[in-house]
Amino acid sequence: MYSYNDFDEAFVRERVAQFTGQVERRIDGSLTEEEFRPLRLMNGLYLQLHAYMLRVAIPYGTLNPDQMDQLAMLAEKYDKGYGHFTTRQNIQYNWPKLPDVPAMLEALADVGMHAIQTSGNTIRNVTADHFAGAAADEEFDPRPVAELIRQWSTDHPEFQFLPRKFKVAVTGAPNDRAVVRAHDIGLVLKEQNGVKGAEVIVGGGLGRTPMVGKTLNDFVPFADLLPYIEATVSVWNLLGRRDNKYKARIKITVHEHGIEDIRARVDARFAQIKPTFGGIDMEMLAQIEQHFMPPLFIDKPVDAYERAYENDPVFRAWADTNLAAHKNDAYAIVTISLKKPGATPGDASADQMRSMAQLARDYAHDELRISHEQNVILPHVHKSNLPALHAILKSNDLATANAGLVSDIIACPGMDYCALATARSIPVAQGIASRFDELKLEHEIGQLKIKISGCINACGHHHVGHIGILGLDRAGVENYQITLGGDGTETTVIGDRTGPGFAYDEIIPAIERLIYAYLEVRLDSDETFLETYRRLGMGPFKTALYPPKEDKANAA
Amino acid sequence: MSVIVQDSGFVAEDFTGEWLDLASDTDPSTLAQFAGAAAIRIDFPSFADGRGFTLAKMLRLAGFKGRLRANGHVIADQYAMARRSGFDEVSIDDDLAARQPQDQWLARANWQAHDYQARVRRAATV
Repeated sequence: MYSYNDFDEAFVRERVAQFTGQVERRIDGSLTEEEFRPLRLMNGLYLQLHAYMLRVAIPYGTLNPDQMDQLAMLAEKYDKGYGHFTTRQNIQYNWPKLPDVPAMLEALADVGMHAIQTSGNTIRNVTADHFAGAAADEEFDPRPVAELIRQWSTDHPEFQFLPRKFKVAVTGAPNDRAVVRAHDIGLVLKEQNGVKGAEVIVGGGLGRTPMVGKTLNDFVPFADLLPYIEATVSVWNLLGRRDNKYKARIKITVHEHGIEDIRARVDARFAQIKPTFGGIDMEMLAQIEQHFMPPLFIDKPVDAYERAYENDPVFRAWADTNLAAHKNDAYAIVTISLKKPGATPGDASADQMRSMAQLARDYAHDELRISHEQNVILPHVHKSNLPALHAILKSNDLATANAGLVSDIIACPGMDYCALATARSIPVAQGIASRFDELKLEHEIGQLKIKISGCINACGHHHVGHIGILGLDRAGVENYQITLGGDGTETTVIGDRTGPGFAYDEIIPAIERLIYAYLEVRLDSDETFLETYRRLGMGPFKTALYPPKEDKANAA
Repeated sequence: MSVIVQDSGFVAEDFTGEWLDLASDTDPSTLAQFAGAAAIRIDFPSFADGRGFTLAKMLRLAGFKGRLRANGHVIADQYAMARRSGFDEVSIDDDLAARQPQDQWLARANWQAHDYQARVRRAATV
């Protein structure tokens, strides 16, 4: 894992001191509220519905146990004993007090963490495949490049007052788990003629105008990557619309000018910028790579795992859903679900954080990850340790066997916390998860991604949910639109809207009807919801959602 | 009246030549023709309009060696950004100078320290 050098350490300390000064200067009137706002945002501090919210970066989703313990400490000391893991590999504290924030940032700096550029019109926390360095299908570890981009983008003097936010995601596996085609820039690492580089995808995004990213350059060698990304952001900084914040994202710039025009501008800008890079970035990348060497894998039998798998049905159910294939056959990638039915998706208590930190020390080579699906990952667990690990997860209420299933729902905080939200998300997620838990159908339904956003900004990624739910406000009443067939992987598709929305008390029965329709029309239990939708289209699902009037009367 | 801010703090206006004024929405493809100018002022109509930083950078890349001033609503917290982007100095109005006095600008006069950009752009050692 990356650990701060003296430069990084001094930088975050200096930044805390600057922000402490900015808070004081806001209070003494040196900074107007308007001037203070972007300064606090670029340090991760939002003003929410009820209180401030501090969003802490977990760069490319990677944490060590000491960092996780510190997050637990912050939750206990400055929040209400829990934190909320987000869809962009951040953790949010919903109840900090403004005067406490500098101390929180100082405590983060103590463990090599920060909240820099987790908000504001800046280049945000760089995200990556949460299975990085562990997944069986991985070709290139995305973390070193992500760390290099973190360093390049941090406090970039030209890019702190961009037209709008700018998000970068990196993957190095054919199965895209980082939703790179729904980012302002998505990088897919690859190799050409023995040279490592990346496909650069631009202009993806969700929000009110969802778009799938387009390939800007099929292959940019690593040596050109920072100047190429800088050229892209530089072009957009001047060309992006500043007259309408809903049209400011680079996806709109690409849409309005066309990808060829943008490519020509980026190429020209790149030619100007490239000579300003002296080449040390490749040496820095090589040094960063040394931080991401695989752990020393243990060579021992896996009998204990096989015995438990055969004899313990609870363990087996968990293993079947929550384990993913590791590069090393004797190892597994463990998903710890933060989606217990009835709980808030992505929330973890301080005790749970500490228990996960200890599990990482005891069984997982000191590594944890946060997934964009709002779960915690232990990327390297020897299979012989899985039964013991599972037992501890059970005793900490962390053994929910639902990774990738109907109750593993992504949900934004919605109207329970967020100032932008137009509807509640969390209770809808809780309601769906509890309902399917009662029905005991979850494992029969199989792989199904439900994603819920409480407003058009789409933080809950509803456009790329197999079933997406968007909560809106219709004349003061919550109304939930459904989209079907969305996909956030390497075959990214924006879901199709089914038709009129549903009231708060109708949405959970509507989802239930949808899923019963799927169970009825699927070819067999191997055909997933998404595959069935792709085969049959909207027809059977629309019928299930909007039954003819007389049926409704009979049903009532 | 306006106040000029440099690394040494608030200074008196000492430029008597002609300024070339550029708006923040200047088309970047037109910048090269200004490379030989003596002095250029780039307007910051609002501190939230970050285009001026990239325009400054591009002017320098186009070979502009003259005096480059960020003019308008630039706050002390942006001083390091302005200097790192290629500006020599900032010009603010008296009200802003009263609200954010010299010490707040001097606090950012160390703009060459803690600079990730300078770090990632160094020359290769091999």
